[in-house]
Amino acid sequence: MTLLDVRSLHTFFKTPSGIVKAVDGVSLEARKGEILGIVGESGCGKSVLALSILGLLPMPPAFFDQGQILFNDVDLLKVSNEEMRNIRGDRISMIFQEPMTALNPVYTVGNQLAEVYQVHRNMTKKQALEKSVHMLEKVGIPGPENRLKEYPHQLSGGLRQRVMIAMALACEPQLLIADEPTTALDLNIPAQILDLMSKLRKELGTAIIMITHDLGVIAEITDRVMVMYTGSVMESTSTLELFERPLHPYTKGLLKSIPGTSSSIEDELYEIKGNVPSLLDLPPGCKFNTRCPLAADICIQKRPELREIYPEHFVACWRVDNV
Amino acid sequence: MSNLIEVYKLSKHFPIPSGLFSRKKKYVYALDEISFTLGENETLGLVGESGCGKSTASRTILNLITPTAGEVWFQGQNLFALKPSERRKLRQGIQIVFQDPFGSLNPRLMVKRIVEEPLLTHKIGNRASRKDEVEKALTRVGLLPEHMNRFPHEFSGGQRQRIMLARALILKPKLIIADEPVSALDVSVQAQMLNLLKRLQKEMGLSYIFISHDLGVIRHVSHKVAVMYLGGIVEIANVDDLYKEPLHPYTISLLSSIPVPDPKKKNRKKVILQGDVPSPRNPPTGCRFHTRCPDCMDICTKIKPDSRLIKKDHIVACHLHQGGQVWEPPLPNQEK
Repeated sequence: MTLLDVRSLHTFFKTPSGIVKAVDGVSLEARKGEILGIVGESGCGKSVLALSILGLLPMPPAFFDQGQILFNDVDLLKVSNEEMRNIRGDRISMIFQEPMTALNPVYTVGNQLAEVYQVHRNMTKKQALEKSVHMLEKVGIPGPENRLKEYPHQLSGGLRQRVMIAMALACEPQLLIADEPTTALDLNIPAQILDLMSKLRKELGTAIIMITHDLGVIAEITDRVMVMYTGSVMESTSTLELFERPLHPYTKGLLKSIPGTSSSIEDELYEIKGNVPSLLDLPPGCKFNTRCPLAADICIQKRPELREIYPEHFVACWRVDNV
Repeated sequence: MSNLIEVYKLSKHFPIPSGLFSRKKKYVYALDEISFTLGENETLGLVGESGCGKSTASRTILNLITPTAGEVWFQGQNLFALKPSERRKLRQGIQIVFQDPFGSLNPRLMVKRIVEEPLLTHKIGNRASRKDEVEKALTRVGLLPEHMNRFPHEFSGGQRQRIMLARALILKPKLIIADEPVSALDVSVQAQMLNLLKRLQKEMGLSYIFISHDLGVIRHVSHKVAVMYLGGIVEIANVDDLYKEPLHPYTISLLSSIPVPDPKKKNRKKVILQGDVPSPRNPPTGCRFHTRCPDCMDICTKIKPDSRLIKKDHIVACHLHQGGQVWEPPLPNQEK
């Protein structure tokens, strides 16, 4: 069942040096109980995409050039700020990358968590705190009653991320957006967090959009995946298919450049030449053509659209043959 | 193979500031008797969670932090027993590359000045020869000579990391300590950097102490790997042995729980540790890992396990592994 349907979203920024096309025609679907992965390097627009869905971008400089964000068939780009505030944190919520900065340092954990219930469920403080204890237990924080009285700086990174997840899940949202939830965490904490997220997905049937640069996380937890590059989707398919039969040269390059998968220390890693181009200075045609080993004339002349090469496997590349 | 660097029972305890009149001093046991050796052209990977002492280890080896106890021998000389002037000279052979490509380059200096700084410090060459060296160093790391007249903000993260590497290489060191050199980089740029590091190792005969929390990166670059937990080395082995047959429960859990970029392996058996690393101010008694160990036994809470040599070059400190023999680090600078 389609819960969120983003259609051809264009999120641009007005800057003194020109218009930055951070999200340049992205469509996606999030389905109930499914985890959709969005993978890409820095500057590919994955975070702006998430913030667009939540309506958290400062406008101006940001503006939506075109597109629709249909959540339960309501276009989120058209609802009022007040309605959006009611949806945000209740039916759609988000986990941010930095558990160090996303919590308010001057309020206790209990205060911040209880606030969610007070705002969205009109509970009294006492009821809200009771619910909070329950929620902290659910995300696996030992001794929740005592933790409620603590301030964020008293918690470790892993615990803070759990508190963030507890806040995000407090109202049992239909859609959870997680932006690099494991990146800032220590060695074995990501495993705990991923484990927790897939458990909660099963229990609550939440749809999750998982944004990350780590293909390991993608393989571990997602069902479908979208590869983004400089604001556009390059490839989109099921996770199994992506790893088994990557089609886009960029995806192939990414997969080959992960260290530690081939066993021999003598092997050179595959390199994608050059750097991600600046969004203000994109090449004409296919945006990947400056770094692509297969680039041909047509790639410089015309931008490729997403085409369905295999069933449910979409690629934006001129050099992939139709099957 | 002779050893380039020998680290012998190196410890660092930081005193915790306590009350003015309190008698008993407390310490953070940041580094607790770590020992290892590293040959020429070899890479030692250091892995562990934050706060396990990886960075303290690197800085103590460089004598940026004065150790509490222990010795470091570099090219047959005890670094800590030398006169400061001699130590300075010997230290030219050890250089460090830091993690943060944004914080470790002075934004007000041109690249030329940043890269030639070590030459100035050690009073090597004249203006013309230094410029020459800077050019060579930049070319070696894949930058262009004309980049030397630019400022750090004009470069991307990957390029800045190359500038740092050029600065480390300009004194022609034998050993480079790389403290998370690729963690801040994107996947595609990370691959370029790792290939460069390995190419330089071959060309210049470098050794690396490579600190990372990314087990994939460690596997790709290292010849041997040391796993650290709360200031101590719990397991050290050749890279293939460690990844194929890890012995310490901590290593086993790390290797099984990191996300693997292969969706077919997602249902593999994972040992997921619970909780967080205990504070090094107040480390657990006995084996330091016992509070989180899935195989904790009675003895683990009481007695600290010895390091044992289980098989060739594979040393582990765990009560589960009583085979082999107790391993004492060899005294440094002894001819074998």
